Amino acid sequence: MQFSFSAEQEEFRSVIRRFLEAKSPTTAVRALMEGEVGYDPEVWKALSGDLGLTALHIPEDFGGAGFGVTELAIACEEMGRALLCAPFFASTVMAATAIAEAGSDDQKAAYLPGLASGETIATLAVAEPNGGWNGGSIAMSATEYGSVYRLHGSKSYVLDGMNAGLIVAAARLANGHLGLFVVSDLADGVTRRPLKSMDPTRKLARIDFENTPAVLLGSSYEGEAAYARVFDTMVACLAAEMAGGAERLREDALEYATMRVQFGRSIASFQVTKHKAADMLLDVELAKSSAYAAASAVDDGDGDAAAIVSLAKAQSADAYIQTAIHAVQLHGGIGFTYDNDTHMWFKRAKASEVFLGDANWHRERMLRHWSA
Amino acid sequence: MTVMTEQQVRDDVRAFLEANWDPNRSLMEWRNILVDSGWGAPHYPKEWLGKGLSSAMSLVVDEVIRDFGAIGAAKMGIRTLAGATILAHGSDLHKSKFLRGILTGEETWCQLFSEPGSGSDLAGAATRADWKDGKWVINGQKVWTTSAHHADFGLLLARTDWDAVKHKGLSYFILDMRQPGVDVNQLKQMNGHASFNQVFITDAVIEEEMRVSELGEGWKVATTTLMHERRGADGARRYDQKIDRPERIYQEYNEEIDHQLAPYVWYPQRTGRVDLLIEHAEAAGRYEDPAVRQEIAKVLGLSKAAEWTARRARASQEMGKPQGPEGSIGKLAASHVARAANQAHTKIAGPNAMLTGSDSWMDGTIAEILVSTPAISIAGGTDEIQRNIISERILKMPKESRTDTDRPFREVPRNQVG
Repeated sequence: MQFSFSAEQEEFRSVIRRFLEAKSPTTAVRALMEGEVGYDPEVWKALSGDLGLTALHIPEDFGGAGFGVTELAIACEEMGRALLCAPFFASTVMAATAIAEAGSDDQKAAYLPGLASGETIATLAVAEPNGGWNGGSIAMSATEYGSVYRLHGSKSYVLDGMNAGLIVAAARLANGHLGLFVVSDLADGVTRRPLKSMDPTRKLARIDFENTPAVLLGSSYEGEAAYARVFDTMVACLAAEMAGGAERLREDALEYATMRVQFGRSIASFQVTKHKAADMLLDVELAKSSAYAAASAVDDGDGDAAAIVSLAKAQSADAYIQTAIHAVQLHGGIGFTYDNDTHMWFKRAKASEVFLGDANWHRERMLRHWSA
Repeated sequence: MTVMTEQQVRDDVRAFLEANWDPNRSLMEWRNILVDSGWGAPHYPKEWLGKGLSSAMSLVVDEVIRDFGAIGAAKMGIRTLAGATILAHGSDLHKSKFLRGILTGEETWCQLFSEPGSGSDLAGAATRADWKDGKWVINGQKVWTTSAHHADFGLLLARTDWDAVKHKGLSYFILDMRQPGVDVNQLKQMNGHASFNQVFITDAVIEEEMRVSELGEGWKVATTTLMHERRGADGARRYDQKIDRPERIYQEYNEEIDHQLAPYVWYPQRTGRVDLLIEHAEAAGRYEDPAVRQEIAKVLGLSKAAEWTARRARASQEMGKPQGPEGSIGKLAASHVARAANQAHTKIAGPNAMLTGSDSWMDGTIAEILVSTPAISIAGGTDEIQRNIISERILKMPKESRTDTDRPFREVPRNQVG
């Protein structure tokens, strides 16, 4: 397991940070979160074209840069920090990983280069209106007609579902196995509607599939194993994104407390504030450590990777929302206003608590997968 | 001068051991030979029983000695802090008189810093050292003194100037514990063990030559001792392992370990024993209870995250990066882990948590955990002091305004004790 970043990885992080500081200041986040589309195509073009982030972990044979989940998670941590509004998580972290893990070489060659270049925006639809992100809860059916399948059912909580030009969807095959399917013609049997997301920086959609033509990725018996690998990668990346957001909240709250004067002195000079700040540092650093361990475990193919990513999700989710609560409190009344930026991260923290499974569910998953 | 490579060091130590190691010697005879060779404390300077090697290389030497089946210099207890402090600040007399006994284990040391009236506020020490008839006369009370009941010498912080400000009125001495004015009483803890002592000092005498610091500069020297203590608490502290072999030297060595470790037998329990959670839950038939599983998983998560944070800190250090915040939160994290583990063990134990000793789970170990974890957030710097350090040194937050450092110490309000 890797506990320290290389000089190249640190440099990579600072390049992304500078980029996001320039392209995703809070003024830009506010403009996008109040709009329907929720991302800036120019920033997306620069992020994928100039920085190559959409190609990051896609294999070199399929138009990617061939880096690991550790690098992908660094990008996610920085995006969580900047609260970047972009379909990166949906398209690169979720859909591209699903195609790379489940697809045949021909399928990867067909779909991945477009995702790697950023020209195609895709998403992965797993959760259903009453379900979660664990494969066992999936009810949508896939019926085989010769070489194509047809999907019937509904997906919800789909990240960037309205922005996607290509959808990877999880559905149940007639043999009972889970399959991951690509739907590329969204005009045929696909009905989408935007959902009102509590976190407006991350747009969600509901998608209904009615006799929708779809291509099965890989074979009809390997879906569970492929999805398990996809899930671990997504969860590790979400943990990193949450750790990045939590750190930003912590830093901003500290800066505010240092500047704010009450009773004739900076409120940062009161021990009650200092102790809260120390506790916030502890929460955030533990979350970062677990997120780094998670990405590293996935890269290493660690036998405990499933347990470690779930540990990281639970740890980061609890730390993120706790940091957000402290951050609002340290700001006092102003922290409850819409004009103050804290609520933007608070809402991301709240939504991330349940996205990909809540902390209790992940703790139980951790225990079941722990070999030690 | 050329620097020795690790391989040269290994070869030299091995050659020395092959020529000199004999398990039928007495422990003291052997340790004197070892100390004379310089391999007992290779990180000490050459002129003072060492080899002038780095502390990293010193660990290599220890490893060679251990792998050979031989026994190294004495390392447990306050002795290593005494050695480091004397090397840094002591006179030649101190070095020639004490370093050998420290390394052979012949003489035992204790640390006389904390007082009933000054715990977190260590520089508020009020034990007096008064200059009378050419000697220092000591009066006062010290507390939390591990091993004081069998110590030969104590590292003493005492006030020599009551008109100076707090940190400038202290001096640092070596107190001979084997004199009539030093009275040691064991202090019984809430978990039933008695690991620490109270030391009552009444007209005890110290010769001028046993003053370590300049007059009024004792705090500076104490900082050296504390720095080494903290480093030990961060993981460098080593507990020797017994060696199960018949020869005389091993018998003496094992006895030394039993004697030295006696105060620490409950220390594993104060961490909360995360390692026992699942075993405990299975034994109690509670491991399938979803609420219990959540408790256990929370502790495991916290504990792993703390462990990974410590490894991040170590990895950065090894790569020569400046220390980040991850290096300063370990102690606070350990308190959280211990508290959470205590709660989880309680819920697992159910009504059995009402019992202790042989009537409780795992022959009393669980009960001992339940009443030992409160120590972890106090000993070696309370959680509150840790938070002050983190907020002021790492987060650069302003210090609380103080009313104890701007006036003569005699005018500073303090506890009324005794």
